[in-house]
Amino acid sequence: MSTNQQTGTFDPGESSSTNDQELQTSRSYDANYSVVGARPGLSSSSAKRLARGLGWFSVGLGLAELLAPRAIANISGVSNKHTGLIRLYGLRELASGIGIFAQKKPTEAVWARVAGDALDLVSLGVACTAPDAKRGRITFATANVLAVTTLDVICAMQLSNGKQGIHASASCVVNRPLEEVYNFWRDFQNLPRFMRHLESVENIGEGRTRWKAKGPAGIDVEWEAMIVADVPGEVITWRSLENSDVDNAGAVRFEQAAGGRGTIVRVNFEYQPLAGALGAAVARLFGEEPNQQLDDDLRRFKQVLEVGEVVVSDATLLGTGYMSQRPARPAAASELEGAEMLPSETATNYRSDERRSEGRTM
Amino acid sequence: MKANCWYGKTTLSVEDVPDPQILNQRDAIVKISSTAICGSDLHLYNGLIPTMQRGDILGHEFMGEVVEVGREVSNLKIGDRVVVPFPIACGNCFFCKEQMFSLCENSNPNAWMAEKMFGHAASGLFGYSHLTGGYAGGQAEYARVPFADVGPIKVPDHLTDEQVLFLSDIFPTGYMGAEMCDIKPGDTIAIWGCGPVGQFSIRSALLLGAERVIAIDEVPERLKMAEDGGAETINYREESVYERLMDMTGGRGPDACIDDVGMEAHAPAIINAYDRVKQAMMLETDRPHALREAIMCCRNGGVVSVIGVYGGLIDKFPIGSVMQRSLTIRTGQAHVQRYMRPLLQMIENGDIDPSFVVTHTMSLDDAPHAYDIFKNKEDNCIKVVLKPDWNGNGAAKDDNYPVIH
Repeated sequence: MSTNQQTGTFDPGESSSTNDQELQTSRSYDANYSVVGARPGLSSSSAKRLARGLGWFSVGLGLAELLAPRAIANISGVSNKHTGLIRLYGLRELASGIGIFAQKKPTEAVWARVAGDALDLVSLGVACTAPDAKRGRITFATANVLAVTTLDVICAMQLSNGKQGIHASASCVVNRPLEEVYNFWRDFQNLPRFMRHLESVENIGEGRTRWKAKGPAGIDVEWEAMIVADVPGEVITWRSLENSDVDNAGAVRFEQAAGGRGTIVRVNFEYQPLAGALGAAVARLFGEEPNQQLDDDLRRFKQVLEVGEVVVSDATLLGTGYMSQRPARPAAASELEGAEMLPSETATNYRSDERRSEGRTM
Repeated sequence: MKANCWYGKTTLSVEDVPDPQILNQRDAIVKISSTAICGSDLHLYNGLIPTMQRGDILGHEFMGEVVEVGREVSNLKIGDRVVVPFPIACGNCFFCKEQMFSLCENSNPNAWMAEKMFGHAASGLFGYSHLTGGYAGGQAEYARVPFADVGPIKVPDHLTDEQVLFLSDIFPTGYMGAEMCDIKPGDTIAIWGCGPVGQFSIRSALLLGAERVIAIDEVPERLKMAEDGGAETINYREESVYERLMDMTGGRGPDACIDDVGMEAHAPAIINAYDRVKQAMMLETDRPHALREAIMCCRNGGVVSVIGVYGGLIDKFPIGSVMQRSLTIRTGQAHVQRYMRPLLQMIENGDIDPSFVVTHTMSLDDAPHAYDIFKNKEDNCIKVVLKPDWNGNGAAKDDNYPVIH
């Protein structure tokens, strides 16, 4: 990469502060066209303060469980026989406490606390069924755990719903000249040819584009985006404008591969999923892993540039995900009606004329 | 159309499925005249290749007549008689330009599956699980052939199907196995496995100038076919392969060894049981006995050429022997497109007639039975050719297919 490359953070959540002066598309835009390695701003300080409080609570309870398991058993009304188990739970508490202090933004550690709370509640429920159970004390302990669980969930949700969106990155080598690869991407209207979830991208002037996509579960989403920086042959970054259904930002960099063996394309993409963290979790359940999705999109990008269109097999007529595979046999016409992308319909053979003039390769 | 479909371990069904259509503009549709069962199809049949789905059409060795072409296919026309190579390759990517067609970067839409398993993906293949792309195979009446402007070659009418069909896989595969040995005049080449690919390795090694070829198997009719092709033979059930090879080469070992066996090797009882147990427990996916033995037998500084199919993981791999003795291991799925034209020329010159390997010609309807006898080596079965329009009386409905037994 060039030595004058600048790096910085690039936070899609700030798109609301965009004004027209930022609509420059040249190198003079002295900023942040890189999202590589960028970590967007920390979430609200109150969630972080709460997380630290929960961290100290974890450490305290963990130490108590580890060092005085009998006292804990007494207070919570469970049998003294379970001191070994209580010590183990103490270790777990200590681990999540340390996890919270070890991370700048302890989202995972707080979610781990939520999982631990669930385990505690189950254990108390089981203890309640024992013949020698002291039900009053167990009920009191359960109420306490429930209170802490509520705090944990609130804190975890706040951390998850913060500015940190879903980040995906992928790269590929395209066996075509850098200029051609850059130009193809720079015309955003080409993107739906290889990005499976995009339906259309439309130029609306002043460097702005209107994007339409299919979200998880087939929900239609729309947003407008602007180009943040555009250095021909090097990098393009864009981000969504105010009132977007899905806040997002992306950067694509182009680099000549060593030895003149084509063009390396690296994409970083970040978005706020619909319905926040819950939406992201549901999307993952349906096999929409963001890195994988971007990786597959880039594979199709390479196919369009190198062979002229997106390549399909019988098994991948309805998509390349594990859940979308159909048997490797021809599809009946009725089955094809549901296909999201049939190259013979969507792709116009991009390289057609050129390949003819190139002649057969062998 | 009729097609031979996979429904689980050793469960096949020839059934009616929709006809294929042009899906990409560089596709052609081929009406299949002859299609063969490959030894590697037995790995699918035996349920050893992951990512198979019920209803997948098998088969990757096929030929026939072009009946439809996509907009971008200008080198083929309807009515052309073509043989189709088993790897699907675009001709445009880095690896295709380097003539490494079985590593094509664009022909496997399920590359992510292969990347998870192998680190990187290789090309798409016909009828060979979803991790190689999920393409319908050629044991059918028709097949869709992607990149028809790159893969299929036209074959002259005076050659029979049986003479040219094996350009699709086993002849180039056996040939590449021998070519990777860098054979020099005077070389002795040892070949593990006298199945169809092994038979072509034997003949290719001799064509490439080997002085001696020593072939190893246990099945009498396969050893006989190897001898007919010019090889000396060792039956591993009757004698120690290592001792016999050392005896034959004065203790030095063969200059190069070819593994034409792959992941389902049979071996003397104890080692065989050990690998079978590990394979059944998924502790290793492949039974590498032939490969281990080929390494131990090869002379210092020699080449071990691995052309038999491996799909996963092995253990007890004698890496010490490889390193200490300066061995070279070369391997890969055959880059068939690279070999089709020169090998067709050899057939036309009369240097080799690949039809020697065919022992059975049957109707496509009989595919399940054909797999059964091929797997169990019954009825002296070495190679089966299936014909969709075979009438079962020793002649095709529209004649001019020779019967070779």
